[in-house]
Amino acid sequence: MTRLRINGVEEEVDVTTVSELLAARGVDPAAKFLAVALNGAVVRRVEWRSTPLGPGDDVEIVRPFSGG
Amino acid sequence: MTDPFLVAGTPLSSRLFIGTAGYPNQQVLLDCLEASGAEVVTVSIRRISLEGYAESLVDVLGGRCRLLPNTAGCATVRDAVLTAELAREALDTQWVKLELIGDRETLYPDVEQLVRAADELVRSGFTVLPYCNEDPVTCQKLADVGCAAVMPLGSLIGSGMGIANPAAIELICSRSPVPVVLDAGIGTASDATLAMELGCEAVLVNTAIARSHDPRRMAAAMRAAVEGGRLARLAGRIPKRLFAEPSSPQLGLVGS
Repeated sequence: MTRLRINGVEEEVDVTTVSELLAARGVDPAAKFLAVALNGAVVRRVEWRSTPLGPGDDVEIVRPFSGG
Repeated sequence: MTDPFLVAGTPLSSRLFIGTAGYPNQQVLLDCLEASGAEVVTVSIRRISLEGYAESLVDVLGGRCRLLPNTAGCATVRDAVLTAELAREALDTQWVKLELIGDRETLYPDVEQLVRAADELVRSGFTVLPYCNEDPVTCQKLADVGCAAVMPLGSLIGSGMGIANPAAIELICSRSPVPVVLDAGIGTASDATLAMELGCEAVLVNTAIARSHDPRRMAAAMRAAVEGGRLARLAGRIPKRLFAEPSSPQLGLVGS
């Protein structure tokens, strides 16, 4: 298990890459309009499968919402 | 009569930008989008719910408009820049409406950080449209760092107070090297018309439509208001005078 900060919440998860994290959280990695940042830097979609996650990593998973 | 409107070299079909927040439901939003004729439509970027992926607003908006992601709510250069970068990744657009908020109660921009963030984003290849103070110096600084437009506030976001300082907006319009898009404060159609008459190239409206009693009708009203204001601007208003000037001929008056 790895302790990560996911969208601001500390959690223990059993994943090793960004793709695995998305799948484990019920987010289809093929879904359009998603974006991910790791420790303050965007991880491009093509890199989700190869980007490893380690203890203490800070992950942001976002999408567009209504806004002005 | 052709009246092209370009932002960063991109021709836009409408001078009315629409925000997508606060509508009673998604269908009303879609109807308003249609009624407004808007091409540029703003969205925010937010953390997903990890409870599961529901249909996104963007799935519904699809290809019918040009999405302009904002950095609403960001209070630091770092957060605003990261949000813009996430928006670019999520929406595959270089365009960003940059908001850098300095005060939670008034949502006034933090000018010093705004200019720094704009500079950084322009250098990273973004087309930056900053929400900013109605201040010619700030607008000039934003244009100087390479912003594609400036978006001065008419009055506080969501306040519906209209254009609190028309003289300042007119001054900004007369000096700005980039298009001026009035953002925030529009309460009703006449506010949008005034913005265009003062020389704004476009206006952004959200709450005035979304929270209107009849949003669809207000969207249509805003469309007409922007078109009317633009035509009046191009035509040119007559000078104001203190005393009456008869509009009917003075010669041949009965009884003279």
